[in-house]
Amino acid sequence: MKAIVSVKRVVDYNVRIQVKPDGSGVVTDGVKMSMNPFDEIAMEEAVRLKEKGKITEIIAVTIGGAKNEETLRTALAFGATKAIHIKDEGEVQPLTAARALAAVFKKEGASLLIAGKQAIDDDANQTGQMVAALLDIAQATFAGKVDVDGNKATVVREVDAGLETLEVDLPAVITADLRLNEPRYLKLPDIMKAKRIPIEATTLADLGVTAAAAVKTVKTVPPPSRSKGVMVKTVDDLVAALKAKGLA
Amino acid sequence: MSIERDVMEYDVLIVGAGPAGLSAAIRLKQINPDLSVCLVEKGSEVGAHILSGAVFEPRSLNELIPDWKAKGAPLKTPVAGDDIYFLLSEEKAFKMPGLFVPKPMHNEGNYIISLGKLVRWLGDQAQELGVEIYPGFAAQEVLIDEQGIVRGIQVGDLGVDREGHHKPDFAPGMELRAKYTLFAEGCRGHLAKRLLAKYELDKDADPQHYAIGIKEQWTVPAGQHKPGLVLHSAGWPLSVGGTESLGGSFLYHLEDNQVVVGLIVDLSYSNPHLSPFDEFQRYKQHPVIKQYLQGGTRVAYGARAISKGGFNSLPKMAFPGGVLIGCDLGTMNFAKIKGSHTAMKSGMLAAEAAAEALAAGREADVLDNYTDKFKASWLYDELYRSRNFGPFLHKFGALIGGGINYVEQNWFGGKFPFTVHDRIPDYATLKLAKDSVKPVYPKPDGKLSFDKLSSVFLSSTNHEEEQPCHLQLKDPSIPLAKNLPMYDEPAQRYCPAGVYEVVGEGEAQRFQINAQNCVHCKTCDIKDPAQNINWVAPEGSGGPNYAAM
Repeated sequence: MKAIVSVKRVVDYNVRIQVKPDGSGVVTDGVKMSMNPFDEIAMEEAVRLKEKGKITEIIAVTIGGAKNEETLRTALAFGATKAIHIKDEGEVQPLTAARALAAVFKKEGASLLIAGKQAIDDDANQTGQMVAALLDIAQATFAGKVDVDGNKATVVREVDAGLETLEVDLPAVITADLRLNEPRYLKLPDIMKAKRIPIEATTLADLGVTAAAAVKTVKTVPPPSRSKGVMVKTVDDLVAALKAKGLA
Repeated sequence: MSIERDVMEYDVLIVGAGPAGLSAAIRLKQINPDLSVCLVEKGSEVGAHILSGAVFEPRSLNELIPDWKAKGAPLKTPVAGDDIYFLLSEEKAFKMPGLFVPKPMHNEGNYIISLGKLVRWLGDQAQELGVEIYPGFAAQEVLIDEQGIVRGIQVGDLGVDREGHHKPDFAPGMELRAKYTLFAEGCRGHLAKRLLAKYELDKDADPQHYAIGIKEQWTVPAGQHKPGLVLHSAGWPLSVGGTESLGGSFLYHLEDNQVVVGLIVDLSYSNPHLSPFDEFQRYKQHPVIKQYLQGGTRVAYGARAISKGGFNSLPKMAFPGGVLIGCDLGTMNFAKIKGSHTAMKSGMLAAEAAAEALAAGREADVLDNYTDKFKASWLYDELYRSRNFGPFLHKFGALIGGGINYVEQNWFGGKFPFTVHDRIPDYATLKLAKDSVKPVYPKPDGKLSFDKLSSVFLSSTNHEEEQPCHLQLKDPSIPLAKNLPMYDEPAQRYCPAGVYEVVGEGEAQRFQINAQNCVHCKTCDIKDPAQNINWVAPEGSGGPNYAAM
């Protein structure tokens, strides 16, 4: 049984994001990039399922420019058995990504797509759901626990009301939430081996996919800076200050 | 308990992806593409731990990659002007006429760059040539066999908790073995420190001298931006006439409204109450500096120690199975305040020596040909001419020492018929706290000057919290029992990242180490008067994440 894991290259979570002075986006020049943390969780889950013998093949897929190869190397070091690089230099919208992933899913005859619930750069939280819709297959999002048995998957979802357990027929889409697992350390020998595995290159056109252009980013602005604190001398002053702001 | 470790063998192993290590890697592959070359880097990526001014002299790059322009090297802003100020007080300054500027301080033909960007580019060039680069893996131990020959390094273990127990995700560090290992850790490398001691490499040299450089990057209003302008200063806020605290500042205008500004404080300072960080913060309030920064936004912060002893402090550079290159060796030219081109050259020379030896079927011996090539190179000549600069300043202060230096450099071409030595190591220069005056530092205004914690935040520093402390105290009692009464524990002030704190009173008083804040500058390892702090590499990827420092 094959699982596809989608991996996105994003600005590293340790980096302090800077908005470009002209508001056209955020600064990525010279900035550390790494695999979207939720995709790492998805990758880890796929590897654990493979280790348990529930799936046999893990295909990591990314869409983007030449540097995205690094992200695929990370996926291979995790334990992906194959990597596909959909080369595209432009901005990739969730719908484009979903169409491409759906195409790869069909082409590879996969049974599972495991994806991060969202990418930490655009926080769209759309791609997994759209892939399920395009393929007309089941979806279980925000997974906190996953079990695969034969052609069914049991997924515990983290929802506002608590935990919800779903059983879905395969093929299906599962998106990983934060507490699904803790990704392992990548071992240097695995990273070394991953360097030598060939990566399959393709394009949106090869996959018969047209890029979506439904959404346009109009402007990016940094959050307003926090105003200075006020020092008060007594509790009464504090109460008065809060009342003046309508907070008490 | 012995741990089974994976082993990989290479022709050449390089520790550290800075200008020295990457230039060595590139040179090796240029000479012989069949050589297997591996490079490990403790930062999360190439460039993450690099910090420099920087005004860059392209001499070595021209030799290494002559078509660097066509290949898109990030050298974008040629130096357009050199301003040198002597700051006399917090308001007054004296601008030095161009005629009196020492020759090594002339910057025609040089570029203002981000060294972080340059090493990222060098990293790409190296990878294209087939160098295997592994960022995020720290070299933790030197592998030395029974015959005393360096055989490579062991990478740090991952997944060890504070007490040293293995966590469920424990991953043992690999052994990387090589016929020759090049150490390019930068200033005060923790492995080089052990190698210097083991092979007594520095026994005939003057002690290495150091400085701490603290740097910020600013986005400034377009009207204040003068691309290509280089500004250096000496004097205030450090000693104006005397020798108590020495150093200098830099302010460079890069492209895209970016200005970098920094203060370099010699670690030979004697007042234990001095705080390099606070000196830097108040320095920015000087009218000469403020005119460029006001109304701007600070976007990055960082700090790094500098090896500046130069020629007189050069240790033996080769030992069985390995060599030191770059700032691990101490090739910075302090008179020019430049170390990138010299680090690159030392790496290239070591690579040429190693390739020559490997071609002759040699391995794991002493690369004497590296020393020979070094002595025959322009690098040796350049360092020789600048050998008296640091000692002049240490002995006579910035004004008079600087004046003598001008005479030597401009009238004698750097060739005074004598050499001045400075044999007091930097950790031994502190006076007692009771004999020293406490400077009064102004409170940060949040516009030009800031506190330490908001500064460290801008270095994007991160360490895995559950790991053994990488700042080891040889004797845990010294900070409170000796350093505090004698020197008011100077670690609280010389650390630019707020790692060291004395907290509590009386019985409850303790010495706290906030290791997760550490920006890997190594100042504590250098300046602790008891030489009690041992800096070792933390878990790989830990430390600052500089974007373009």
